Amino acid sequence: MLGLSKKDTTFLLIVIFLTLATPILLQPFPEGSPLAQFNAGYPDLMQRFAIYGIFAIGFNILFGLTGYLSFGHAAFLGVGSYSVVWMYKLLSYNVLPGLILAIITSALFALLIGYVSLRRSGIYFSILTLAFAQMSFNLAYSVLTPLTNGETGLQVYTDDPQVLMSAGAPTSPHLFGIVMNESTKIDVNGWQFTFSNGYYFCAIIAIVVFYLSLRIFRSPFGIMLRAIKTNQTRMSYTGLNARPYTLAAFVISGMYAGLAGGLLAAMDPLAGAERMQWTASGEVVLMTILGGAGTLMGPVLGAGFIKYFENIFSKINDTILHSWFSALPDGLEDAVVFMLHPFIGKGWNLTLGLLFMLVVIFLPGGLIEGGTRIWNLVTGKSRKTRSIVKDSEHQPKPPVHVN
Amino acid sequence: MDAIILQILNGLDKGSAYAMIALGLTLIFGTLGVVNFAHGALFMLGAFCAVTLQRLLSLSYTVEDPTQKDFLGNPLKVDTPYIVSWFGDSAGNAILNWSVPLAILFAIPVMLLIGYVMERGLIKHFYKRPHADQILVTFGLAIVIQEIVKYFYGANPIPTPAPDVFRGSVDFGVMIGFAPNEIIYPYWRLVYFFFSAAIIGAVFAFLRFTTFGMVVRAGMADRETVGLLGINIDKRFTIMFGIAAAVAGLAGVMYAPINSPNYHMGMDFLVLSFVVVVVGGMGSLPGAVLAGFLLGVLESFASMNEIKSVLPGIDQIIIYLVAIIILLTRPRGLMGRRGVMEE
Repeated sequence: MLGLSKKDTTFLLIVIFLTLATPILLQPFPEGSPLAQFNAGYPDLMQRFAIYGIFAIGFNILFGLTGYLSFGHAAFLGVGSYSVVWMYKLLSYNVLPGLILAIITSALFALLIGYVSLRRSGIYFSILTLAFAQMSFNLAYSVLTPLTNGETGLQVYTDDPQVLMSAGAPTSPHLFGIVMNESTKIDVNGWQFTFSNGYYFCAIIAIVVFYLSLRIFRSPFGIMLRAIKTNQTRMSYTGLNARPYTLAAFVISGMYAGLAGGLLAAMDPLAGAERMQWTASGEVVLMTILGGAGTLMGPVLGAGFIKYFENIFSKINDTILHSWFSALPDGLEDAVVFMLHPFIGKGWNLTLGLLFMLVVIFLPGGLIEGGTRIWNLVTGKSRKTRSIVKDSEHQPKPPVHVN
Repeated sequence: MDAIILQILNGLDKGSAYAMIALGLTLIFGTLGVVNFAHGALFMLGAFCAVTLQRLLSLSYTVEDPTQKDFLGNPLKVDTPYIVSWFGDSAGNAILNWSVPLAILFAIPVMLLIGYVMERGLIKHFYKRPHADQILVTFGLAIVIQEIVKYFYGANPIPTPAPDVFRGSVDFGVMIGFAPNEIIYPYWRLVYFFFSAAIIGAVFAFLRFTTFGMVVRAGMADRETVGLLGINIDKRFTIMFGIAAAVAGLAGVMYAPINSPNYHMGMDFLVLSFVVVVVGGMGSLPGAVLAGFLLGVLESFASMNEIKSVLPGIDQIIIYLVAIIILLTRPRGLMGRRGVMEE
């Protein structure tokens, strides 16, 4: 179906089902039960899953396939957000023109940055992209204030032209009248499910772009990108110029990032420069690595994992911890809570950093590799069939000298 | 003319910090071949060494002074630092006042230890992994260090004043023959510049004139051969990592009075220091130092009003712009050797 093999079609159908059923699946605990705080089925968080999923899928097309580690993808996220808000300001709150503009501007932007940055590879590429992103961030804060509204962030004011705005049109982001932040709540004896327009809009886009990335992974183009990652020197010896391929991958992943940024502004009609800061670029790197770079589902899992636990960990406080460990003797309970205290609430970033280090050290393939290992352990498959771990010995290494 | 000298001076203090951090980065890269994204965090830890020492020294106990009364008529409670009660008023207060320079002595062993533990505990396992993995794991480590500092010291900048002697400014112009009040420069920044020059000089002298340094240089050029000669080069490289950490730490200690330390100052400097390393030439120690000062001065020139009015926003992006141009036109950097990490 749709140009996919049978296996991939099944895979895609499962992904579609899971995405559409997310509001139900992420609400496993009834309202009012003590475990209800672990529910993730509310619109804001689910939209974040979908949006950062798109961002990570796009990043994975560049990093997972070609191995080029970009530290500046947040710039495209920011550009996308700004484009959408500008379309709100000039035309109307309909998200469609904005998203189209977001994809176009981020593609142009990525073409420019990619054309320059891809002249170098390895660590130089990372530093070049980082430099470009920091430049965009600094400019957005200072000189480009007329375009970006500086520190305040770009938002829609009542005296903006909004030429396409008709009298009865909604005054928040919508798609031809379907308002993004409206939702239907359904109560099934205790369980409360929220079906939000915004989430389904993001989810459908996410499915479409996931399908596209699946096609890219399976296409000759995708195989070419993998060849670049494996051994670029050998590829150029066979007479193939790698740069057009890497540039195409860079632009595609930039468009994904721009789309994600646009959707962020579709959730909440605001755009700020902090979205372009390099910590935001670092976040998407974390998501991709955590989930598993170079795998199809990995980045999405990583994005969901990070956003979910960010949300959960930030909510937990000492009182909740005490209630969990109340079965322990008093002294021990206090000790355990004291030990866990730095990792919860505001300490989420610490947990994330540690987790990330552990993944890079012990599980370079991310959650997907972890899952595969456990699966193999359970089914008792031989070690040979395990996915091949990256072989650093067979990658060209330049000699190191210092004068 | 005086404006130009003033801008050069203004650029020197940031340039000194860039140069010291970039020197450490290059040392680590040259010896161990590791790209250390946690080096900014080491700089930040240095600054927090100064904060910690200041807090330790000003630990105090409260006594009721019966001779004085507060406005309610109760005996006045006076906080007396232990230091003051141990060493007497004048000596104790002097020690408190000089806490930042004293923190140098405190920071050296601490940072050497941190560097040693970091190398043995983590970096050691990443020699054979690709550069991307090294970047990622040290990036993770930087986040962890940053968050730990944030947990203990909070998110706000902590003012760490310099000794009273160095507060205020020096009329630098008079010294070199200008009219008074034309070139005014804060004392501490001058101190910072001379301090960093001394540290950088010491590192170079150490590498140039000691046997240890000679072995390390030989190891940088050809690690395997040095190993075959029966020298434990890994151990020396570990020590060099410690020294690089200490240099970054000292840069941080002395920077504390210039900018109140906060937990993310390391990240801010890290990005720029990497740019500095690349501009100077990956793996070239003099290149890193030169590029550090050069970019610092360039940044300060770009923030002159005359230049900003022609090219608005140039002060924000000048360093990145220079880096991009250098990387595209001369990929091995200003002083990098041909063939070293050009791709």
